[in-house]
Parts: sequence; structure tokens; C-alpha cells
Amino acid sequence: MVPLSWYMALSAAVFCIGVFGFLTRRNIIIMFMSLELMLNAVNINLVAMSHYLQDIRGQVMVMFIIAVAAAEAAIGLAIIIALFRNRATVHVDEINEMKG
Amino acid sequence: MDITMVHILIPALPFIAFLVNGLLGAKVIRNQAHWVATLAVAGSWVLSVITLMDVLQGKTFYGDIYTWISSGSLNVSVGFSIDQLTAVMLIVVTTVSTLVHVYSIGYMHGEHGYWRFFSYLSLFTFSMLMLIMSNNFLQLFFGWEAVGLCSYLLIGFYYDKESAAVAGSKAFIVNRFGDFGFALGVFLVFIQFGSLDYHTVFAALADWESPVVELFGFEADLVTVIALLLFCGAVGKSAQVPLHVWLPDAMEGPTPVSALIHAATMVTAGVFLVARCNPLFDLSPPAMSTVAIVGAFTSLFAATIALVQNDIKRIVAYSTISQLGYMVLACGVGAYSAGIFHLYTHAFFKALLFLGAGSVIHAVHDQDIRNMGGLFKHMKITAITFWIASLSISGFPLLAGFFSKDEILWMAYASGGVQGKLLWLVGTLVALLTAFYSFRLIFLTFHGEFRGGHEKEHHLHESSPVMTIPLIILCVGAVASGWVGLPPVFGFENQFAHFLDPVVGHPEAHGSHAEEWMVMGVSVAVGLLGIGLAWIMYGKKSDLPATLGGLAKGVPYRWLSNKYYVDELYDLVFIRSTVQGARNILVAVTDGAIIEGIVNGVPAIIARLSEKLRLIQTGVLHHYTSIMAFGVFLLFAIVISWAGG
Repeated sequence: MVPLSWYMALSAAVFCIGVFGFLTRRNIIIMFMSLELMLNAVNINLVAMSHYLQDIRGQVMVMFIIAVAAAEAAIGLAIIIALFRNRATVHVDEINEMKG
Repeated sequence: MDITMVHILIPALPFIAFLVNGLLGAKVIRNQAHWVATLAVAGSWVLSVITLMDVLQGKTFYGDIYTWISSGSLNVSVGFSIDQLTAVMLIVVTTVSTLVHVYSIGYMHGEHGYWRFFSYLSLFTFSMLMLIMSNNFLQLFFGWEAVGLCSYLLIGFYYDKESAAVAGSKAFIVNRFGDFGFALGVFLVFIQFGSLDYHTVFAALADWESPVVELFGFEADLVTVIALLLFCGAVGKSAQVPLHVWLPDAMEGPTPVSALIHAATMVTAGVFLVARCNPLFDLSPPAMSTVAIVGAFTSLFAATIALVQNDIKRIVAYSTISQLGYMVLACGVGAYSAGIFHLYTHAFFKALLFLGAGSVIHAVHDQDIRNMGGLFKHMKITAITFWIASLSISGFPLLAGFFSKDEILWMAYASGGVQGKLLWLVGTLVALLTAFYSFRLIFLTFHGEFRGGHEKEHHLHESSPVMTIPLIILCVGAVASGWVGLPPVFGFENQFAHFLDPVVGHPEAHGSHAEEWMVMGVSVAVGLLGIGLAWIMYGKKSDLPATLGGLAKGVPYRWLSNKYYVDELYDLVFIRSTVQGARNILVAVTDGAIIEGIVNGVPAIIARLSEKLRLIQTGVLHHYTSIMAFGVFLLFAIVISWAGG
């Protein structure tokens, strides 16, 4: 039996990797993947808690998050492709025209 | 007895006709609108006659049919009270309304908005019936305002004509002044008696000691204040001085409207109000004196103006104001039944005069009597009925106006004291003037040579039967309607006064039979004198009018023909200052500076702020992400320190 704290630690580690990647990388696809990491860290957390508390609702929630995340990934990638076709770059520092 | 369907249908029928014509008139019914409206009002007339029969047998009806407002101590119902006074008014309103509907079929034929006209007429009839049948002050007020609205709509019926639109607004605004006082009076009644029901209020008056209130430094009985405030409403609606200015201008409306609303029914609502509230007025001698003096002054004032007017409808309009003054005068001396009697006979002969005038205008297409003359041989029915109506209004013996006018003059005389004699003198003088201007109108319109040119003379014709038959029926009323109130000196009991006695009571008459004969004789004599004078001046060819007009350098004539410059005075005192104030303060300061300042200022400030704020939006993705992360850590820090603390 794996204790709850291990799961939490894993989740925290994955989340921190996601945040770090999101803040430091300049490639929009890498940033996007970091985002997915953060999302899945949350999922791990939810499933662990669901198991620990013997409450199925946490896992149901995860199913929804996966479904939404799939849709979000599809739209996000589509936007990135459209962006690339227009600007021929995935480097976010070069995409800075939308400002006040 | 309780209210039954018969009574409810009396106002309901015209209301249904209004809905039908108002909703379907434009597309479906169109030029058949008169069927709906006329049948409905004729139905009301039949039901009114049935009701009158019941009331004649001594039955009265009282009851609520619907709870309108129930809020705290304020309980108002829609209800009807049908007593002798209401029964008389029902007959007057439905009879004249029916005849005017029929007449309008001919007069308004082919007019643009034919259905609109009839739906307004139905709405008016409904409102007027609600007003007279009400059993409480609030429903009375509702009817009061609704007839005012219909008056406005119908005066401005030809809304594309500017003068008509202006006249409609004028009538509405002038009535605001009176209605404001009326509303305050109703409020005071509620505060004092805790109810708006006629029965409750009038019953409470019996053992009520009117408190003395201080008003603008004067001490007055509360009942006087209430009565005078209610009378304010009557002054506006019945066009008494100083709020008479709207009625002559109201002649911009179609002539049948003038006959129905501005002669026979709506303008008499003020007289009805005073008669209805007679228990209140009776408690206050100062208010009664005010009523009598306002009435007498108005009747003289309007009669003098009528002497020199040239517009056929305006002459009749001033005549109406003058006769309304008579009725108010009668109420002021406590002779409510005499006032209502005159209201009832006046409705017939004045409606007849207006409809006759309409018939003339229909033929000549002009309203100026200087361009008429000699119409007698072209339109015999109109001319003869007009003659009879004029004889009636002049108090020619045995016609309707003779009895009612005589009753008022006698009651004024017999009310006693110097005031009574003075009122009688004024009334008699007005009778002279009335006869004079009525027959000046007749001689200039129907006799002599036609002055409108040969071209027009060719086209002169009598109106169609749909217009002349109402004239003939009204003519019967102008002759015979007075016979229900034959005076005691003729050896009859005055049945009309007797009939109304349970509602309005009767004043004490101080005077002998001999004096009554004297009063009657004098009024007949001045009536004939007036007719004679009119014949000398206008029946025969004479220089007298010109000579008299030039008297004292024409100053009296100018004052009269300009209606004593009352309109100009109001223009100077009220309208100009209001318009100036509106322009300089409301438009320039309130609207221009304050409201537009706020409306334009707020976006200006926001625009300037956002000019700075939008710089935060750098467009660099990493600025956003780091701020987001920083925010998350900050939140964590706060939560953790909070939970730990």
C-alpha cells in the first residue's frame, strides 16, 4: 500500500516541473506541454484523495477534467498551428503585438 | 339595492366598443367603425333609461364590484352609486352621446382616422360614465382624468394641424392646475375621514367638528379648505375664470366633439362634482360664496367676450362658459337642483347649437360669421333648429332654457341678503347679453345676404339626414326638456327639484310669489330686449355696430375682441417665465452643465485612466505568466500564514 504522502509528493513534483517549464521556456509548444503537466498533477492529487477518502466523486471529476483537457489540447494545438502558419515561428518573444 | 349587470353594462358597452375599434379599427373595421360605437352607446342609453325608471320608483343602487386598492388603511373599490343625481346625468350623457355618434357618421364621413375618432368617442363615453357612476372619490378622479385625456386626444384629432395640437396641450396643461387642487382635496378627505367612499365620508360629516387649520398665516376651517380645493378641480374642468382659457381653443377639435365634450358633458363635470359633494360645501359658507361669485363673474366675463367674437364656434364656446358660470352660481347659492336642471336643459340646446354650427361649417367650409349670411333659405332644418335653440338659451317663455335659467335667477334672488340681489343682477345682465349675442349670431349667419361670394353660394346645401335628424331630436329636448321642472308659481310642484331632493336637498327661499313673478318677468323682458337689440343692430342694415365699436377710440371693443388679454397676460406671467426658465436654467445648467457634464465626464475620466492602465498589457507572454505565478504564490502565502496564525 502506497501512502498518501507519496502521491502528494509526486503530484507536487509534477506541478512544480510544469510551473518551471511554463515560466522559463520560450517555445510555445513546450509551454503548452508544461500546462498539461500542471493539469495532470492536479489529476493525480484528485485520484489519490478520492482513493484515500473512499469517495468516488474525485475520480468522476478527473474523468471530466480529462475530457475537457482533450478538447482544450485540440483547440490549443489548432491555434498554435494557425499561429505558425501566419508568423512562421513558435517563439513567444516574437509574438508580442497584442498589447495596450 | 345592489348593483346588477344592467348597471355594469352601462359603462362596459362603450369600453368594449373602444377596445374593438381601437384594436381592430385600423385594419379590419375601418369605415364601419360607427356601427360598433353607435350601437354600444345606444345600448348604454337603453340601459340608462331602464335605470332611470327604477330610480323614479324610489330605488337607489349602491355597491362595490371589484377591490381596486387595498393597502394599509387605504381601501378603494371600483363601485357604482346610482341615485337620483346619477340617473339624471346618465340620461344626459348617454342621450347626447348617442345623438353625437349618429351625427358624426355624417360629419366625419371620409375623414382620415374615422375609426380612431369613434374609438376615442367610445372611450370618452366610458370615462364620463365611470365619473358620474362612481361611489368613491378615487374612481371619480380616475374618470375625471380619463375624460381629460379623451378631451386632449379629440381636440388634437387633426394632429397634423399645429394649432389643434397646441390647443390640445393647452387644455391638458390648464386642467393640470385645477386637478392639482382637486387631488389635494381628495387627499385631505382621506386624511380626515380615513375613507374615500361617498357614503362613509358624507355620513361622517354629520357629527364632525371641522378643525381650524392655519394656512399661509390665515386661519381657516378645514372643511373650507377641502371644499375650495375640490372646487379648484371644478374650475379647471368647467372652464371657470381664471382657468377658462382652454375651452375656446378646444374648438380646434371636430365639431361633434365640441358638442359632446365641450358643451354637454365633460365641462359640466365640475358642476356635477360640486353637486355631488354638496354635504361638504354646505358646511362651509365661505366656500359657497366663493363658488357663487366665481360662477357669476365667469358668466358675465364670458358673455361680454361673446358679444364681439366672429368665429361661430367660439361664440358658442364663450356662451358655454357663460352658462357653466350660471350652473356654478346656482350651486354656490345652494340650489344644486337648479344647477343640475340647467345642466340638463343646457346639454340639449347647447349640443344643438354646436351641431347646428357644425352643419353650417359643413356647408360653408368657413367658421367666420362675417363670411356667412342668408343661410336660412339654403338650410331650413339647421336654421330652424338653431333658432329654437337660441330662443331656448335666451330664456324665451315655455322653452327649456326659460325654466332652468329662471330657476337659477330666482334661487339667486331668494338666497337673501345683498349678495343674493347682486348675483341676481349679474345673472339678469348675463341673460340680456346671452340673448343679444345668440341672435347676433343668428342674424349674421342665417339672415341678410350671403357674404361668402357667388362661387360658394352655389354649393350651399342642407346636410344629410344622418346629421339633421339628431338636430331635430335635440330640438325636441331644447323645447320640452324643461317641462319636467315647472316652477311652483305656475301651480306645479317642481318635480325635478323634488326628484333630486334626497341627494342635494333644497335651499330656503326668501321671497314671495310676487317677487318670483317679478324675477321671471324681468328675465323674459331682458331676453326679448336682447333679441330686439340684436335685430336692430344686425337684423336690419345699420351703422350701429361700427359706431359702438369705435366708441372710446375702440378701446372697449379691442379689449373684448382680445378676450381681455387674458391669454396674453398668462403668456407674459407664466408661459414666458417658464420657457425662459426652462431655457436658461433647465436646458443650459441642469441639462447642459450637470447632466451632460456627468454623461460626458465619466467616459472621459475612464478613457484617461485606461490610457495609463493599458500599458500593463505588454503583449509579452512572460510578463503575464510571471505575474500569474507570483499571484498564486502570494495567495498561497496569505492562506498559509492565515491558517497558521
